[in-house]
Amino acid sequence: MNELVGLVALDTQGMIAVFVSAILFAVGVLGVLLRRNAIVVFMCIELMLTAGNIALVAFSRLHGVEGQILVFFVMAVAAAEAAVGLAIIIAIFRHYEVVDLDRFGILKW
Amino acid sequence: MVISAWLSMLLPESLNKMVDIGSTLDRVPSLLLSAPQEAGAASFQPTLPFLILLFPLLGALVNGLGAFLWRENKVIPSLLGPGALIAAFVVSVFNFIGMRTVDLHGPEIVSLWTWIESGDLRIGIDLQFDQLSMLMCLIVTGVGSLIHIYSVGYMRSDPAYSRYFSYLNLFVFFMLVLVLGSSFPLMFVGWEGVGLCSYLLIGFWYENRDYSNAGKKAFIINRIGDVGFLVAMFLLFVAFGTLDMVSILDAAPQQLTHGGGLVTGVTLLLFLGCTGKSAQIPLYTWLPDAMAGPTPVSALIHAATMVTAGVYLIARTSVLFALSPITQIVVATVGGATALLAATIAIQQYDIKKVLAYSTISQLGYMFLAVGVGAFTAGVFHLMTHAFFKALLFLGAGAVIHTVHEAWSGNDHHGDPNDMRNHGGLKAFMPKTWAFMWIGTLAIAGVFPLAGFFSKDEIIWSVGASGYSVLWVVALLTAILTAVYMTRLMVMAFHGQNRTFGHAGTEKAKRHLHEAPIVMWLPLAVLAALSLMGGWVNVPEALPLPHIAWFHHWLEPVFAPARTVAAEYGVHLAHTAPIGGGEALWAGLSTLLAVTAVAVTLRIQASKNVPLESEATALTGFARVLHDKWYVDEFYDRLIVSPSRALWRGCWKIVDSRLIDGAVNGLGHLMRLLGWVGGQLQSGRVTTYLLVFMVGALLVLSVL
Repeated sequence: MNELVGLVALDTQGMIAVFVSAILFAVGVLGVLLRRNAIVVFMCIELMLTAGNIALVAFSRLHGVEGQILVFFVMAVAAAEAAVGLAIIIAIFRHYEVVDLDRFGILKW
Repeated sequence: MVISAWLSMLLPESLNKMVDIGSTLDRVPSLLLSAPQEAGAASFQPTLPFLILLFPLLGALVNGLGAFLWRENKVIPSLLGPGALIAAFVVSVFNFIGMRTVDLHGPEIVSLWTWIESGDLRIGIDLQFDQLSMLMCLIVTGVGSLIHIYSVGYMRSDPAYSRYFSYLNLFVFFMLVLVLGSSFPLMFVGWEGVGLCSYLLIGFWYENRDYSNAGKKAFIINRIGDVGFLVAMFLLFVAFGTLDMVSILDAAPQQLTHGGGLVTGVTLLLFLGCTGKSAQIPLYTWLPDAMAGPTPVSALIHAATMVTAGVYLIARTSVLFALSPITQIVVATVGGATALLAATIAIQQYDIKKVLAYSTISQLGYMFLAVGVGAFTAGVFHLMTHAFFKALLFLGAGAVIHTVHEAWSGNDHHGDPNDMRNHGGLKAFMPKTWAFMWIGTLAIAGVFPLAGFFSKDEIIWSVGASGYSVLWVVALLTAILTAVYMTRLMVMAFHGQNRTFGHAGTEKAKRHLHEAPIVMWLPLAVLAALSLMGGWVNVPEALPLPHIAWFHHWLEPVFAPARTVAAEYGVHLAHTAPIGGGEALWAGLSTLLAVTAVAVTLRIQASKNVPLESEATALTGFARVLHDKWYVDEFYDRLIVSPSRALWRGCWKIVDSRLIDGAVNGLGHLMRLLGWVGGQLQSGRVTTYLLVFMVGALLVLSVL
């Protein structure tokens, strides 16, 4: 209920930003689920993070500056994650010479 | 310090009595000469009674240790084994002399320590000393000592010498526990113990499959009887609330109704125990197979220990048996039937030890016949004389087997040294053994004036006088058969042509057959002397001989309660046999019958041409039935062994393999299936994981 109250309280620009964020997030989720190229999946994860950032910024119009500060945290973590993730993908590529997630089923017992 | 504390705990009063041994020693000459009933004698104080048990136990333990530590040493077991028994015998003799000086009317109880205490129930390690247990102690340790000494010669080349003496001592120890135990559970310990030791000794040469199976057979058949003993013990506990023998036997005439269901049940169950331990129908089949053990063991089982346990048990609980006429008839009938059956089988056996084994069963039948008709003294009397001559016969047979075996072992000659078809003419080579064996034969045949005459005649007379005419005829018939099979054994083994090395091996026989060593024939000589004179402790008044009633007087206090009960319920003895004639006449007639039987058999058997074992043709007709032991073993095999085998096999194949194993394995398979299903969830694909993750997240969100 509270969230809906927050959403109603937003102005038009904020509304647009939240919808863009939602769409972006949905695109990211679908990309993660449907695409097989590890790089693309990785990029979609970044999309989802970005969508989160946009939502944070949008709501900071209502709640003050904390949301925007949090965005910087997310960016820092995303940068670190990007470095680790890309390193893993490169390691996999060196080993298998592909980055197709369907060909890559060793994440089990 | 610790040891002395332990000792004082173990033997609280007895230590103080150590001092008494000296004074008893001083009194010995006067004691031996004095009359049994010394006026105003104080109560009987056993001298170091625990030593009777301790010596054989220590012998067993040290020899048992020796079987591991000094396996090759033969000197230590040779000294320790017989030594332990002789020491126990000496202590028994001291106590016997001590008991003679007093007028003992009830058992003297020596409490060592408490074994079980629970609520009102107290079972102590208590020893009871009375005339019966004292007599049994003397027989067990005395005859046992001789058998131990003999074993030194017989077993000298056996690799498991120390183990042998360990078992032998343990056997005697358990027999003494059985005899001296003053409560049913303690007696049961001895009862089971002799069963265990018989298993160990019958299967002594366990490398041979048949021998170890014979040991198992003895143990298992004994277990059947033991169940009877156990259940009888439970019934007695329910009825009396105690398991102490003295209190039960004292209270029995008042508490139990004469001929009532309880006392009949208890005595029948006790008798079932006796049929197992003392080899009576229907549980006798283990005894002939018990010949698988070394021959001195057979002598020990048959003469001094084990098989006499059943007779002892009935004599001990004579009051209960006197209270139950039905059981008495059963006991007498079974005894008579066993005596006759075993005697007929003995006639057609070729194995010298088998003949003696069936002879033992037959003689035990006599003893049960006696206790069955209420002649407890006669039964125990025959037990004693039988211990003498059966030990003599077994040890003599052992000497023969030993000689033949030794003669063969150096000559690459194979055969069964027990088979009398391989003996013959041994009189020339072993004159001492021959003479002693003849004494034993005449004694068991009941020829005047040897031991067996007095004991057997008293039994036959008691049976006749009690009015059991059929059993009386059976007893007489068995007496004749006894003379026949024993004479047959003597002739086949000792007379005629020697067949040890075939018909033409006389020269070889002369070189290799020889008399047994002194350590073996000396015990034979002692036993022969006992067989000659052992009967003279009890000469009936009716005979035209000096009347000696020492044995009767000695056991009188033990059987007095039973006698009182019998008199109360109008059991009386006739003065004539069922077809007339007094005791003296029938005693004369029976010894005449025995002598005739011996003479006739001697003639017939001597004229027979005995075939060699290797050339023997199969017997035909009735002789074959007797040789094959009336097919009782086969009958049991069909009736009990095979069906139960099939049953347990079925249990194994169906219940065990299918049901139990199926349940256990099925559970395992189920778990593996579940694991496989769980494993399928983990595909290893990131996309699948992410999908599941997302669905899960959506589910959580929708709930929120």
